[in-house]
Amino acid sequence: MALNVRNEQALHSARIHPSPWMIVWVAIRSHKGALVGAGVFAFIILAVTIGPILYTVDPQVPDVSIRNLSPSLAHPFGTDNLGRDMLAQVLSGGRIAIAVGFTAMVLSLVVGTAVGVLAGYFKWLDGPLMRLTDLFLALPLLPLLLVIIMLFRDTLRAAFGPEMGIFFLIVFVIGITSWMQTARIVRGETLAVKEREFVLAATSVGTSGMRIVFRHILPNILSPVMVSATLGIANAIITESTLSFLGLGFPPDFPTWGRLLFDGANFISITPVRVLWPGLAISLTVLSINYIGDALRDAVDPRVRNE
Amino acid sequence: MKNFLGCVFLAVIGLVLAACSQSPAISETDAQTHGNGATDTETVEDLDTHLNILYWQEPSTLNPFLSGGTKDIEAASMILEPLANYDENAKMVPTLAVEIPSQENGGINDDYTSITWKLRPDVVWSDGTPFTADDVVFTWQYCTHEEFGCSVSNYFTDVESVTAVDPHTVRIVFTRTTPHPYGPFVGSLVPIIQKEQFKDCLGLRAQECTEQNFGPIGTGPFKVKEFRANDVVHYVANESYREEGKPFFRTATIKAGGDATSAARAVLETGEFDYAWNLQVEPEILDNMTKAGKGRILFGFGSLVERIIVNLTNADSSLGPDRRSQYLDGTNPHPFLSELAVRKALSLAIDRSVLVETGYGDGGRPTCNVVVLPEEYYSDANEECKTQDIEGAKKLLDDAGWVPGRDGIREKDGIRLSILYQTSTNSVRQGNQAFIKQMWDQIGVETELRNIDGSVFFGGDAASPDTYYKFFADVQMYTSNFDGEDPTQYLRGWRCSEMPNPDKSWVGSNIPRACSEEYDNLVEKLSMVADREERIEIVKTLNDMVVQNYWEIPLVHRARVSAATNSLMGVELNGWDSELWNVENWHR
Repeated sequence: MALNVRNEQALHSARIHPSPWMIVWVAIRSHKGALVGAGVFAFIILAVTIGPILYTVDPQVPDVSIRNLSPSLAHPFGTDNLGRDMLAQVLSGGRIAIAVGFTAMVLSLVVGTAVGVLAGYFKWLDGPLMRLTDLFLALPLLPLLLVIIMLFRDTLRAAFGPEMGIFFLIVFVIGITSWMQTARIVRGETLAVKEREFVLAATSVGTSGMRIVFRHILPNILSPVMVSATLGIANAIITESTLSFLGLGFPPDFPTWGRLLFDGANFISITPVRVLWPGLAISLTVLSINYIGDALRDAVDPRVRNE
Repeated sequence: MKNFLGCVFLAVIGLVLAACSQSPAISETDAQTHGNGATDTETVEDLDTHLNILYWQEPSTLNPFLSGGTKDIEAASMILEPLANYDENAKMVPTLAVEIPSQENGGINDDYTSITWKLRPDVVWSDGTPFTADDVVFTWQYCTHEEFGCSVSNYFTDVESVTAVDPHTVRIVFTRTTPHPYGPFVGSLVPIIQKEQFKDCLGLRAQECTEQNFGPIGTGPFKVKEFRANDVVHYVANESYREEGKPFFRTATIKAGGDATSAARAVLETGEFDYAWNLQVEPEILDNMTKAGKGRILFGFGSLVERIIVNLTNADSSLGPDRRSQYLDGTNPHPFLSELAVRKALSLAIDRSVLVETGYGDGGRPTCNVVVLPEEYYSDANEECKTQDIEGAKKLLDDAGWVPGRDGIREKDGIRLSILYQTSTNSVRQGNQAFIKQMWDQIGVETELRNIDGSVFFGGDAASPDTYYKFFADVQMYTSNFDGEDPTQYLRGWRCSEMPNPDKSWVGSNIPRACSEEYDNLVEKLSMVADREERIEIVKTLNDMVVQNYWEIPLVHRARVSAATNSLMGVELNGWDSELWNVENWHR
């Protein structure tokens, strides 16, 4: 993405005082999609953090007298088939979806990038680490989940309560089962980048391996990592909903976006808005993160920045 | 995962489209997906003489003795027949027998230790060979072979011998007095198989006889043309069927796959199937689908009762596997559910009509009994539970010393009324859970909900902590019923000896882990008494003991719910036997 003149100047000044946040801000400002994405994302974050404080309807309390309502003033998003308010459910579901999505994404990204870079850069680690990746890829997800849940659910439930316990469990499970793709991509990119002249030059002046990784390799492979990250959030939100659906996730009366979507699907002909809201929320979150990721890549990827 | 992500986007796009062009846009797409599955049969078969049935759970075999699954038993019931079936009012009607034996017609001896069935002389198997008493004797030998895990072996536990008196007379002798000797060979669970076809499939070889198990020769209205396990069964009419001109349909298909909602849609909205089975879907969804005018919903009330089972033993996760949810001669009682007042308060707080309205509609009725049908067994002693009584429940708890703590949850001696409530994953059940949680909240009882995938929950895997047998929770909810019209076997399930425990691989029918000597003695008496009036009184008393001790809290008397297309006639939805029990009478 080419930067316009005004931004070029701003970037120039940013280069003089190279603050990473400045780079990000400039990049987002110069990228229309990212600007909109950032706005939407900020709105969603704001809505799910302070929304439930302002809109105090309890999302878990059913009321048989207000079932299957279309949106109205009293219930702006309508109600579900048990008479629970949809707005309250979407707001509180968003908290958990975004928390799970981010935490699991960060976990899988850290593990995936670490494994990928180490395997790509240090030849002697390549074999063992990639076989480990294959091993994880070959693990059947569902039986693994059943075993993990069986072993740790009651322990975690006793230690942190039913909701936090399950939160840790789900984040861990999603993170630990979704880092492999990132690792493979990062390894491939690392292999390509480490043969480039500037790495050779850095090596020739005696730069340490760690410094080369952080200074030269990581910034150059940031674009696939960013893409993985944004997809990872979406993936985590969806995986959480699948787990809830199988009864391995949060308690059934605990709204999450994925569960709202699943539950609403059968009612699509009666109250179509029921799937619209969580569907829209998931789509908007994923899309806006994608756009931000896109802009971020433009800003940090040296190949694009130098064009 | 990626597919699902795609679905999310498609759903949003679809909705935008729907907003522009009304909702049919969505149902049309669905219709196409279903249509693809059915085209191969529809192009070949003439629609007027072809019957299209949709069973969303997949039949995996056509030998009912190998599987306890309803889907398999019903798919086989179009081919194999028992000596007698139950009709929609739980009355026995002779199928392969001439009449129902009784003491009046001399079919049952004076001390109820043997029953003699007269077989119809005009019945032939679909391969043309005659059906004789030898086939009945063989079926008994087949199922009771010691190396074979027959799914209905419990029907034969008291059977001493089955003998062919002459080619068309069979006598069954029991080891003890059996006032209700109609267990063996009555109902679709225990049909007759052909001796000639299965004679090499005894014992361990039963599983290997794929050809026989996938294509049994029967006396029923249809025979198998093609069977693809977990996919589709093609049937053609049995030309040798004993009733002239029947079945009215010349060919039939049972197609499998999908879920309850899509099955209902395929009959009610798009009309590409004639009949769909087991539609536990929210009533408003079904109502909405019937507006399309293509089909109707059928209800068949039998003995199904949705209930909450109360764990009378301690299920605390801090207990080791050798103590958790085990009776241990009464030394391991539940910290608060062992108190009658608490169990009663939980029942009083529930408004059963709300559960029916939101989850079952016309397919359910509030109930306070575990034996609800046949009508003569219905006890009138428990009707007051049908009205919710929050104040009464609160008073009960107050009187028992359970007082609200700082957070509103009642406690006594440091024990909080906090309940873990589990059930299988099913949107109707999760809806009911949400309501019950709220109702219990009103009386100061805290509830944590848990849902478990049905295949795990009902699976009976002794290694899984999440089965309903293990019951590692305080209360759980599911439906239970009994086969046929006699509840004796069902009521025997609450005997002390029937509790699941590790020594029995966690199998057993006394799920609440209740133990009462009085109950055990009365059940024993029931198996001895032959007088009908007295039996009815005992059944009522036993029912009252179960529900007045609140071992189980009955909620909803459920019907079987199926859907039939408008042009399909002759369907009598039966809550007591296979839904396809009278398929020979179905017509357009």
